[in-house]
Amino acid sequence: MNDDLTRLSAAELATRIHSREVSAVEAAQAHLDRIEAVDGDVHAFLHVGAQAALESATLVDESLAAGTAPASPLAGVPLALKDVLTTTDMPTTVGSRILEGWRPPYDATVTSRLRAAGITILGKTNMDEFAMGSSTEYSAYGPTHNPWALDRIPGGSGGGSAAALAAFEAPLAIGTDTGGSIRQPASMTGTVGVKPTYGGVSRYGLVACASSLDQAGPCARTVLDAALLHEIIGGHDPLDSTSIDAPVPAVVEAARRGAEGDLRGLRVGVVRELTGEGYQAGVQENFDAALRELEKLGAEVVEVSAPHFQYGLAAYYLILPSEVSSNLARFDAMRYGLRVDKGASAEEVMAATREAGFGPEVKRRIILGTYALSSGYYDAYYGQAQKVRTLISRDFAAAFEQADVLVSPTAPTTAFPIGDKVDDPLAMYLNDLATIPTNLAGTAAMSVPSGVAAEDGLPTGLQIMAPALGEAVMYRVGAAYEAARDAADGSAFATRAPELEVRA
Amino acid sequence: MSPDSPSSGGAITRDEVAHLARLARLAVTDDELGVFAGQLDVILGAVARVGEVAADDIPPTSHSVPLENVFRPDERRPSLTQEQALSGAPAAEGGRFRVPQILGEEQ
Repeated sequence: MNDDLTRLSAAELATRIHSREVSAVEAAQAHLDRIEAVDGDVHAFLHVGAQAALESATLVDESLAAGTAPASPLAGVPLALKDVLTTTDMPTTVGSRILEGWRPPYDATVTSRLRAAGITILGKTNMDEFAMGSSTEYSAYGPTHNPWALDRIPGGSGGGSAAALAAFEAPLAIGTDTGGSIRQPASMTGTVGVKPTYGGVSRYGLVACASSLDQAGPCARTVLDAALLHEIIGGHDPLDSTSIDAPVPAVVEAARRGAEGDLRGLRVGVVRELTGEGYQAGVQENFDAALRELEKLGAEVVEVSAPHFQYGLAAYYLILPSEVSSNLARFDAMRYGLRVDKGASAEEVMAATREAGFGPEVKRRIILGTYALSSGYYDAYYGQAQKVRTLISRDFAAAFEQADVLVSPTAPTTAFPIGDKVDDPLAMYLNDLATIPTNLAGTAAMSVPSGVAAEDGLPTGLQIMAPALGEAVMYRVGAAYEAARDAADGSAFATRAPELEVRA
Repeated sequence: MSPDSPSSGGAITRDEVAHLARLARLAVTDDELGVFAGQLDVILGAVARVGEVAADDIPPTSHSVPLENVFRPDERRPSLTQEQALSGAPAAEGGRFRVPQILGEEQ
């Protein structure tokens, strides 16, 4: 092998595969070997589908050998799929005991599109149970460890997907973002994560957490790789009635343009309410440095105010549990999933099954949602939260009149030690302070690495937010910033992660 | 939960958690009741902040992207086979889901 295939970007690996310099099977095998070597320590994967991966890669190689054009710009490139999207050839557990070993009878639309694009699905990644959590510690199958420091959380809920990227187990991954579950892990692991506009990527086959907030999106180590993946998974799907029937924004072109490093004429808005108090010193320093970088690229940095963002967390933790308590009623021990045969009636079996099958955070949120939707409390909690949601959308609309994109730190801190916040739900919720407003408004946002914090050497993220279907300008800014940061550092950010111990 | 069973002084009690858990079909343990009551109390204290916003004349948002009803032609299309639909069932018999008795003894 000419060099380590696991270190390449997805775009570079695709170029080599499509020019037949390396085969898709070699690319798949290199990543399967890497998983074998490091995932014992990282635990990014819940399931590795080696045989299916190699078979899929073989098909790509055969097709290229026959002279057929690649099925997509990423054909033959390996990917790690969050275990919340259904797959017919692999289990789908959502990090929960209640779906342990479940083999879905259908593929999610995201899964189908990845397969049609010739992307090699390596396996399913770990996550907080039903995507509820910000550290991956609420997975029923044990936590994922941050490749930058194995005693730290990788963020969540999509900690498995983000850690797989940072550990060079895959160059591409899929995440889902309900309140920050793509962006916050990206920030914690020094990777790129994108939450598309709500409705931009199909939710068909995405096991629901909160249906009005859930959104799948691309994760990668570079902005361009995320853009290439975005164009493959995005777009209208008749099987999802909330899917937007409009063309996918031209994000690849935007990322390439951004990398040229010219942001003149663009206004970048700093959200006053998402900086300062509550943000770790190194997080704030790197954010301030990123602003100077954006100015050097020609962008005009302005301050904007979003006065209702401070109520986002409260509104979110009423709306989300309410939707959860309704969505998770389907886990009734009758049609699929776990059944605990305790009690005489269906109702008793149901209650015993849900008690045994759900973990503590899921139960907390179901109970909270049941409370918020109770008659007598409905107007004060759920109804009021929906009004706050309107006000947050209006704040965004007003801010986007003053700026083309908005920026903030992605998360208030760097990765914290495993175990630190697991018994303090409210402290855990505060991780999502800066990411939640975007979900409530249904707009788009991404996290791009912004260096390591001086005090602990752990990655921080720059969040870039854009209006609904405004992904192109967001990718342009992200790619421009990434190129400038890499040029200043002299190397791509991901290569700065410490080496993991390789086990035979 | 009804308006005539308000929580005492804003706090959420063990009994209320037990009632909510019953509504949500969760057979929570005694230990969990205590832990959840304490944690939910803290969480409710934080989320109650939504009440600080004067929003009487603000319309609620249920979905961020306004959508009209989506129709499709009423045509037959492929769906799961009976075998696929039953493939994940905890118990099946004669091509149907086998479930415990629906009514309890007292009903």
